[in-house]
Amino acid sequence: MRKLGSVGVVAVAGSLLTLAIAAWTRQPPAQAGATITGKVKFTGTKPAMPKIDMSEEPKCKAKYPAAPPTEETVVVNPNGTLANVFVYVKAGLPASYKAPAPSGPVTLDQDGCRYHPHAFGIMVGQNLQIKNSDGILHNIKAKGTGTKNRPFNISQPTTMTSTRTFSAPEVMVPLECNVHGWMHAWLGVLPHAFYGVSGADGTFSITGLPPGTYTVEAWHEKYGTQTATVTVSGSETKTADFTFAGK
Amino acid sequence: MTNRVMFCVTLFGAAVSTPLTAYRSPLTAQDTVKGKAVYVKWCAGCHGDTGAGDGAAAPAMLPRPRNFTGAVYKIRTTASGQLPTDADLMSAIDEGLPGSAMPAWKARLSEAERRDVIAYIKTFSSFFADTSQHIVPLGFGKEPGGGTSAQAVKTGRSFYDSIGCRKCHGDQGRGDGPSAPTLKDDAGFPIFAADLHQSWRFRGGGRTEDIYRRLRTGLDGTPMPSFSDLIDQKFLTDEELWRLSQYVRSLSPAREPEVRDVIHAPQLGGTLPAAPDDTTWARVDRYWFPLVGQVIRKPRWFAPTVSGVWVQAVHNGRELALRLCWDDRTLSPDTAWLAFERRVLETVASDDSTPPVAGLWPDQVAVQLPRHIPDGMERPYFLMGTGTDPVYQWRWTSEPRRTVAGLARGLEQFDTLGAAPESQAVWDHGEWRVVLTRSLATPDTANELQFVAGRAIPVAFFAWDGSNGEHGSRLAVSTWYFLALDQPTPPRVFVSPVVAMALTLGLGFMVVWRAQRRAGGSRGTGAGVGAGAET
Repeated sequence: MRKLGSVGVVAVAGSLLTLAIAAWTRQPPAQAGATITGKVKFTGTKPAMPKIDMSEEPKCKAKYPAAPPTEETVVVNPNGTLANVFVYVKAGLPASYKAPAPSGPVTLDQDGCRYHPHAFGIMVGQNLQIKNSDGILHNIKAKGTGTKNRPFNISQPTTMTSTRTFSAPEVMVPLECNVHGWMHAWLGVLPHAFYGVSGADGTFSITGLPPGTYTVEAWHEKYGTQTATVTVSGSETKTADFTFAGK
Repeated sequence: MTNRVMFCVTLFGAAVSTPLTAYRSPLTAQDTVKGKAVYVKWCAGCHGDTGAGDGAAAPAMLPRPRNFTGAVYKIRTTASGQLPTDADLMSAIDEGLPGSAMPAWKARLSEAERRDVIAYIKTFSSFFADTSQHIVPLGFGKEPGGGTSAQAVKTGRSFYDSIGCRKCHGDQGRGDGPSAPTLKDDAGFPIFAADLHQSWRFRGGGRTEDIYRRLRTGLDGTPMPSFSDLIDQKFLTDEELWRLSQYVRSLSPAREPEVRDVIHAPQLGGTLPAAPDDTTWARVDRYWFPLVGQVIRKPRWFAPTVSGVWVQAVHNGRELALRLCWDDRTLSPDTAWLAFERRVLETVASDDSTPPVAGLWPDQVAVQLPRHIPDGMERPYFLMGTGTDPVYQWRWTSEPRRTVAGLARGLEQFDTLGAAPESQAVWDHGEWRVVLTRSLATPDTANELQFVAGRAIPVAFFAWDGSNGEHGSRLAVSTWYFLALDQPTPPRVFVSPVVAMALTLGLGFMVVWRAQRRAGGSRGTGAGVGAGAET
């Protein structure tokens, strides 16, 4: 009986090892492959963002000595580009493509009663570290949108970090704080790592793509989505620019 | 590498632990076909044919009926974001959700029907069929003793402050915190931070244990988060969270207030307590009168925020003082709540010819009396009388801060009279305390009720929360109750027993004296007692 047990243990250990090796070898080699890069332009009238009244939170208010902070629904960069646009490969990967979640976490910081970053991506199963740097009460809520990911709503009344994961691809999961109604962030959950976010210069870049023809979607919380079709091969870099117009 | 192995171990662990999902169906005899029949008959009117919370009655409700399609449930025993257990769903159906339109079904549906309907409700969301969803109730432990002691409550209060409950629930717990006017639920509907002074209206139950569970699990779909991470990370101990629950419980009466029909106004000597915070009021019995939305005349109002009013009354033979206290999280008019008011009016269906507009309305309360004390049981129409049979009312408003008296002839017409009661009011952390004082007798005997001690005087109450868009016929109403001014105790009440006692005593002495005299007369005959007995 005991012998049978040890055989079982060996078998389990063996299969675990096989699985582990399989998972290891299946990961696409880092930094190889093609790149899609581009710029997100903004035309039209830049909407005025409401100022945030942080007088209820002196700790946060003190972090903006120059001018009161404004909401971040539309952030137009000084060079006329649009920030916080989530650009990702929506379609085109082979059905068999599988990527394990990276072991490193993605961090969302609550600092100065704002989320950093405001729009960002994560892989299915990858840890999201939710950090409260303010040390005052925030609650962090991931809203349930119906069928993809379960929601959560955690209280963080002090400087602390909570970790959560997402089980299904979803563009986008809305994150919010209800104590501070102006705090919103948007999280794109994907089964792969082919995504980027337009930053302070309006550019994004998606790297390590296997050869293929991809549907690339650019998502903005106010202006919706736009798509482009891009074909890449080898380790080439292709450009896909997007333009959103203010209304 | 290590992480990858860990990943696999986790997968393996998950596979081994799948029997846990057996918890999914601890209830047997579930039948979705029968469940559908029950659902269509009893539930769909509010929750909708497709379970989206959009039944015919839903638009008039706030909070709205649950949308089952996302499988996000407020009242659970599972961690934030997890699906509820079948037992959680069963208890919501059995007990209802107090403070909402969801009634208790335990007495109306058989156990089999309730189980079947649970099975059917679960078909509205794909999450329940997803075997990767683990449904594991949290371990809650037991409430530590000494929960009602001053020290426990004080400890609980310190955590109420340190973990920021006041941000939404307010300093004294009446849902008037600085973030309260911004709150929305996941569907975008306005949502009120709970008034912690009305535990009988807590959706998941008002026991300390229920409060503790809500703190651990959060109320999914609402702004109320879970505090379990704080325990996991040792920022709070389990006992401290229990103390917080005990503090919250201590804010409400020990039992749900019982509705009694007659307000007794004791007679006091000297001047009456005209100030709302006069210490005399602490010694006067208070009476609870529930209020409900006015849904009889258009435009109707389905979502009042004043759920009831506490009433106390005293008189001194010359004047009557009536103290009304009610929870209202807003000191209306308040521009900070204007956007919230707009969302409420957009959410709750209106039957007005023109859609209601959010405005800076005052808070109001009305005390309604008949013009004359009726001889029989006949009373004017409770909803502010009629054109031919008006009622006498006192109407207090928060702005301008004053009270007027007048005759109401239905909801639409109010004719102000010359004289009005004196009034003083205090708004304190989500509670109005108003005292109205008037002479028992007035010159205008035709229109103004003349208070007489020892009579049952009909009385009814109405309230408007201005920041909830309430004015005119959008208000909360009560039915008729009675006010009885206690009569002064006449001297004979004290004298008669003494006289009666003296008479009884005297009579007793006489009987004993006579008996003794007779016994004394026969003494010395020896067999006298025996002979007496024989006669």
